[in-house]
Amino acid sequence: MPAEFPVERSETAFTDYKLPLSPAQAAVEAGRCLFCHDAPCVTACPTHIDIPQFIRKIANGNDRGAAKTIFESNILGMSCARVCPVEVLCVGACVYNDLDEPPIQIGKLQRHATDRAFDEGWRFFKAGAPTGRRVALVGGGPASLAAAHELRRLGHACTIFERRDFLGGLNTTGIAPHKLKADRSVTEAAWVLEIGGVELRTGAEIGRDVSLADLERDFDAVFVGIGLGADSRAKVPGEDLPGVLGAVDWIERMKLGDAGLAGVRRAVVVGAGNTAMDAARELLALGVPQVTTLYRGTEDAMGGYAHEWRAARVAGVRAEWRAVTTAFEGAGRLERLRCVRVDEARTPVAGSQFTLEADLALLAIGQSRLGAVLAGLKGITVESGIVRVDAHGFTGRPGWYAGGDCANGGKEVVNAAAEGMAAARAIDRALAAGGGIGRKEVPRG
Amino acid sequence: MADLSTQTGGIRSPNPFWLASAPPANSGAQIQRAFDAGWGGAVWKTLGTPIQNVSSRFGGHAIGNARGAGFNNIELITDRPLEVNFREIAETKKRWPHNPIIASLMVETREEWREIIKRSIDAGADGLELNFGCPHGMCERGMGSAVGQEPAVNERITSWACEFSTVPVLVKLTPNVSDIVPHGMAAKRGGAHGVSLINTIKSIIAVDIDRFVPEPRVGSLSTNGGYCGAAVKPIALHMVAALAREPGFGLPISGIGGVRNWRDAVEFMLLGSSTVQVCTEVMLRGYRVVEDMRDGLEEYMHSKGFTRVQDMVGKAVPAFSEWGDLDMNYETVARINADTCIGCQLCIAACHDGAHQCIHPQEGTRVPRIDESECVGCNLCQIVCPSPGCITMDRVDNGHPPATWNDHVNHGATLRPKKGSH
Ligand SMILES: Cc1cc2nc3c(=O)[nH]c(=O)nc-3n(C[C@H](O)[C@H](O)[C@H](O)COP(=O)(O)OP(=O)(O)OC[C@H]3O[C@@H](n4cnc5c(N)ncnc54)[C@H](O)[C@@H]3O)c2cc1C
Ligand SMILES: Cc1cc2nc3c(=O)[nH]c(=O)nc-3n(C[C@H](O)[C@H](O)[C@H](O)COP(=O)(O)O)c2cc1C
Ligand code: SF4
Repeated sequence: MPAEFPVERSETAFTDYKLPLSPAQAAVEAGRCLFCHDAPCVTACPTHIDIPQFIRKIANGNDRGAAKTIFESNILGMSCARVCPVEVLCVGACVYNDLDEPPIQIGKLQRHATDRAFDEGWRFFKAGAPTGRRVALVGGGPASLAAAHELRRLGHACTIFERRDFLGGLNTTGIAPHKLKADRSVTEAAWVLEIGGVELRTGAEIGRDVSLADLERDFDAVFVGIGLGADSRAKVPGEDLPGVLGAVDWIERMKLGDAGLAGVRRAVVVGAGNTAMDAARELLALGVPQVTTLYRGTEDAMGGYAHEWRAARVAGVRAEWRAVTTAFEGAGRLERLRCVRVDEARTPVAGSQFTLEADLALLAIGQSRLGAVLAGLKGITVESGIVRVDAHGFTGRPGWYAGGDCANGGKEVVNAAAEGMAAARAIDRALAAGGGIGRKEVPRG
Repeated sequence: MADLSTQTGGIRSPNPFWLASAPPANSGAQIQRAFDAGWGGAVWKTLGTPIQNVSSRFGGHAIGNARGAGFNNIELITDRPLEVNFREIAETKKRWPHNPIIASLMVETREEWREIIKRSIDAGADGLELNFGCPHGMCERGMGSAVGQEPAVNERITSWACEFSTVPVLVKLTPNVSDIVPHGMAAKRGGAHGVSLINTIKSIIAVDIDRFVPEPRVGSLSTNGGYCGAAVKPIALHMVAALAREPGFGLPISGIGGVRNWRDAVEFMLLGSSTVQVCTEVMLRGYRVVEDMRDGLEEYMHSKGFTRVQDMVGKAVPAFSEWGDLDMNYETVARINADTCIGCQLCIAACHDGAHQCIHPQEGTRVPRIDESECVGCNLCQIVCPSPGCITMDRVDNGHPPATWNDHVNHGATLRPKKGSH
């Protein structure tokens, strides 16, 4: 348990939504895998873990080999096993779905092997022979961790600059605690960095404490994995009232400390993406009796996964579809939201005004984008705050790479891991070919 | 990490996993893909005067959901021209110089053996395997198991091969004999450098109960085929071990029969095989099954402190003994762990109907009770129990010193009283 988190945190009240498999269950489930040729689950996994092979190893009693196979493709395989939306990735692709038989529980099997690796202290990877090259990683989230690990395997010295005083990014501060708790994410980051040779500069924000010029001076290449920024604002009167918060901001408070729900009886979550679904379920689970989501579109158009909404609905979350808030009101703190229905073109429907009583409103309508921090570096394109990169994470400016949420606009941990790893390999190829910061050569993928 | 390199009869291999002579080792392109996937060596599909095959030619024995738990075939030796096979052996050797290719051979006359051995070695084969095992089609023509079942013929042909060959000669034995030992000894007398076993077992895999024809069906008829796959492993293990412990034998062994994973391979090795060969599991799942065979073997060797394959070969042979040498006074009883018992009571049914009627239901719980004074320690309940580790066979000290049946018969050693009233 890292010193900076209190032992008693609101998130510690949560138990796992998806239960781990016992060894006997894992053996039975692994034995069901068909070991498909050119398996669709492997294609569906952004890090392309050799899923049939690791499952076969579990079936044959070789958990250690299974863990090795997983980490070989995805060093964040432990947290991904818990946080990945497997329903739309590997498990969703399992051919058993077409036989109307239950698909293989790939996430749970992955958890079986990777948890065991953590419990038993298994280690698989060594740093590569030193190349004498230095790479900076901006941000200490999943993208940078995956990139740093791969770069160390390839022998490059690494320095991570993280503005907070702990690692893991949103994996630590954002993931629903019924999937993964903050301390487990921090433990994972430390486990990844056991490969050695990664200098940690926490509390160091690029653009404030360390300049881009400093990076260009001190490093041969830079990987930017700064993720997304603060919750977007609703731009509606009254949103500065106490009791109106950003959802990601509130989730972080809940995970790292106290959720501040004393006296909260009714909460509204604005939005219908996965962050909104998580926040709504978390509020209910922490004892808020009435939780309503408010979304301008229909149920079919919601951004959140169907399986997440189903779980939220089963838990008791209510929804107002095709409605927007026009004002947050209250005497000194939030008491109600003024709302109105909208039509397909999202224009308010005359006479459809209504009011939702609420002591807490969470805005889950997206996160700001941080690409602006790179503005001014010639050759790098930032579009609506997203850093533009090619398939290997290259930005166009020699030596500069990016991946994860800041470059893909906000996806999953597993995408960040895949993009971090791909960028690390591209950096290695570029450096080997004489490219890097300040070089003319534009590396090719 | 452990060193997986090994050798059988002087044929060196980077790891103990070889493709058995069968469809997965039918052509150069296949074997090169297999080497790419990590296989150590390959025994080429048996060469001889090319034959023609029928369709269909395979049958599968499903046990519950386990498709292909047993497998049989009525396929013969290669149906491709010899010169094509030899050209591909040469090509494959050029690309993969360190992975052994063993030419499996089956011809009739001394002159044919001389000729085919010369051509195999000229093509680059690292060793020969004499196929004295095929139990269908070829034996009716006086080859295959017709040779393997006659020690004198086996010895004669082996001696020809050893006379003509400049590379190691393995003899592939048929399991279709009552005792494998005389056949292994015949190969040894003939000068073989090692043996491979088992080939397939004579079988009818199933009967089509609507058409009244056995399977696999060729039109309206069928014939007996060779049985292999996971189901034959126990038979193969016994035959390997019977030779490995035979005092006068001592030849290296390449173990074959039902190897699906690293554990199976380890069992063959502990009973005396320095390499293992695989056919059915590759036919069912492809070459990439070798990844966990290698990985799992390496992990196993590491966990046991074996640094070389040779450290483990034959390690369980001394513990494979005669019934008359077992300690009759060694006593175990079954015990049920109530915490992990799920109350299915399969053990009650098994013990009552299939053993000694000493597991009983108890009032107020689904957890059965074992009457230890009646339990003969047979293992049946443990075998049927679906909850891992729930039933254990625990040693009990009955105060009787060890005594074998042979001690009893020859020296009057005292045996503990027979247990159980049933
Ligand atoms: C509420 C919520 C729930 C989610 N649930 C899931 C889920 O269940 N499953 C899933 O797969 N994904 C989930 N995600 C998405 C997932 O968390 C992200 O896709 C992933 O964390 C992105 O990784 P990253 O490394 O790109 O960015 P981040 O995780 O955001 O990490 C970026 C890091 O960079 C640091 N940083 C930012 N700017 C600077 C700077 N200028 N200088 C130094 N450091 C800086 C930040 O402090 C942060 O630590 C969720 C996201 C949210 C918001
Ligand atoms: C379809 C098929 C064809 C085979 N052909 C040959 C052959 O040509 N020569 C030979 O020595 N053994 C042949 N065998 C036997 C295998 O090499 C092997 O000894 C046997 O299948 C047992 O191994 P397994 O359980 O791994 O399949 C064949 C087996 C099968 C299933
Ligand atoms: S496995 Fe291939 S060759 Fe055999 S029957 Fe099927 S399609 Fe034909």
